[in-house]
Amino acid sequence: MNELLVLDHLTLAYGRGAPAVEGMSLSVKEGELVSFLGPSGCGKSTTMRAIAGLLTPRSGRILLAGEDVTAVPPNKRGVGLVFQSYALFPHLTVFENVAFGLRARKESAAVIRSRVEEMVAAVGLAGFEHRLSTDLSGGQQQRVALARAMAVRPRLLLLDEPLSNLDARLRIEMRAELMRLQREYGITMIYVTHDQGEALALSSRIAVMNRGRIEQLGTPQALYAAPATPFVATFMGFENVFTVDGNQLAAGDGSKLPLVQQPGAGVQALAWRPQAVTLGSGPYSGTVRGASYQGDSVEYLIDSAGGTIKASAAAGSNFIPAGSEVSFDLPLAGAALIPAGAGA
Amino acid sequence: MQFLSRSLLWLVLLFLLGPFVVIVAAGFSAGDTLTFPPQGWSLRWYIKIFTIPEFQHSFVLSVWVGVGATLLALVLGVPVAYAIARYRLPFGETIRTLVSAPLIVPGIIIGLALLRYVVFTLNAPVEITLLLGHTTLLIPYAVRVVSASLDNLRSDIEEAAVLLGRSRLGAFFAVVMPNIRGAILAAFVLSFITSFNQVPVSLFLSGPGVSMLPTQMLWYMEYTYDPSIAALSALLALGAMLMVFLTERLLGLSRYM
Repeated sequence: MNELLVLDHLTLAYGRGAPAVEGMSLSVKEGELVSFLGPSGCGKSTTMRAIAGLLTPRSGRILLAGEDVTAVPPNKRGVGLVFQSYALFPHLTVFENVAFGLRARKESAAVIRSRVEEMVAAVGLAGFEHRLSTDLSGGQQQRVALARAMAVRPRLLLLDEPLSNLDARLRIEMRAELMRLQREYGITMIYVTHDQGEALALSSRIAVMNRGRIEQLGTPQALYAAPATPFVATFMGFENVFTVDGNQLAAGDGSKLPLVQQPGAGVQALAWRPQAVTLGSGPYSGTVRGASYQGDSVEYLIDSAGGTIKASAAAGSNFIPAGSEVSFDLPLAGAALIPAGAGA
Repeated sequence: MQFLSRSLLWLVLLFLLGPFVVIVAAGFSAGDTLTFPPQGWSLRWYIKIFTIPEFQHSFVLSVWVGVGATLLALVLGVPVAYAIARYRLPFGETIRTLVSAPLIVPGIIIGLALLRYVVFTLNAPVEITLLLGHTTLLIPYAVRVVSASLDNLRSDIEEAAVLLGRSRLGAFFAVVMPNIRGAILAAFVLSFITSFNQVPVSLFLSGPGVSMLPTQMLWYMEYTYDPSIAALSALLALGAMLMVFLTERLLGLSRYM
């Protein structure tokens, strides 16, 4: 239960502008991998830069292993950062890139050699030590960036959308690689991403961020099963979100559907994944605007009195062509119940 | 059409290189006056220029001022280029324009101003004033060439170096300098040649026994119209070409211009 990182009512802003992050508090335990998940502009990268020391908070404190580091310069914090762009040193070889932090710490030549060899091997680049970093592929550069950041054994490693410049196949491969490295070295990580699949796959806990605040913090399972706010629900794939308004369901654009079954007191909103929408029968009806075949499923867009409904049906079921009328149901049993009072 | 553009190309080349050929050839003349075509062939003028003490002195002064002003311009210009490239400065555009101003202001004005206010009013030695004047002229070259290189260098590598334990200044020397070294050398060569060939500022700033080589050559020509001027010009042009050729081969000077 050692708390490695504590953010205490952190407010962050660039220059004199409006705050990008407001009153953010969070604690991260030793060995955890916590993701900051949110759309661009939600403050996740800003928070990460503040933890690294590249941005001075307007107010609030940052504690590392119990020590207040808010005023400690970035080169003295012992926090590593893997940049989205990798930020490798173009004039140096792979070996020298990985050795850079060790040289800055004035380690002995023997320590440098053995540590660099260990890290280069750990990221699967043995034999590439004497290549220039600019001669490597994107995936290889990503590995060098990881090895370089980990070589100095940082107390905390920050990763800024590290996989976003890789193609889909490499991304999944590197995701597994990252999990292995995190397990092997027991390193505490903060992972910034806008990809919920990545966050779900990697994280011990996820902090879903929106407009400079944490909307919900929890394990991937908790977030996926029970989103606390409509925003989190949308991010977790509940694409049909309705506010409960008396005995009606109100969509974001103001259009409404009658509420067939009351969800009980204290429920602010209801949300359905496309798979939870039943097609072919039910109290509602609409027109199929689009049907797209996905291999194992068919995704439908249905225009209804409650706006556009996203539904998904198994590929084996009856294909409903675009333009046809269809009745559907939003069963309460398949809905996420979003309690009142939480979040925005 | 192709014939026309080809002929035009050769004409332009002739226009550019013709004078150089004339000068080199005239320097090899055996006659006593500067003529083309040369009257006979000899090396006597190429030998004579090395025996004229005024040329020797002004050559040494030109080299010292060239090297000194170039170094000063780089010491002042590299931080300016860095600040322009990396920070959002208030009046950034104005600063950029001001730094380039010496390229636009006629050298005559700079020379006259320095003579009037630095030499006459402050009684500064002519050598120091020359150094100052040339530094002013060279700063735009230093700033522009180094800026171009810095604009192409990612700025996040400095943050990466800081997070790996370097101070900000340490990061500059560890990861910025090695990547702009080529540009700095290119700026050095360009500035030195510019200083060495500079006439208007040097013309105003000369005193008894103190003059830059181009000024000395002008004066020499007023009294003596022999081919030694051609020989010296040819040698200077050759030296400049050699410098540019070498830097182009070693660093690719054209990448920075």
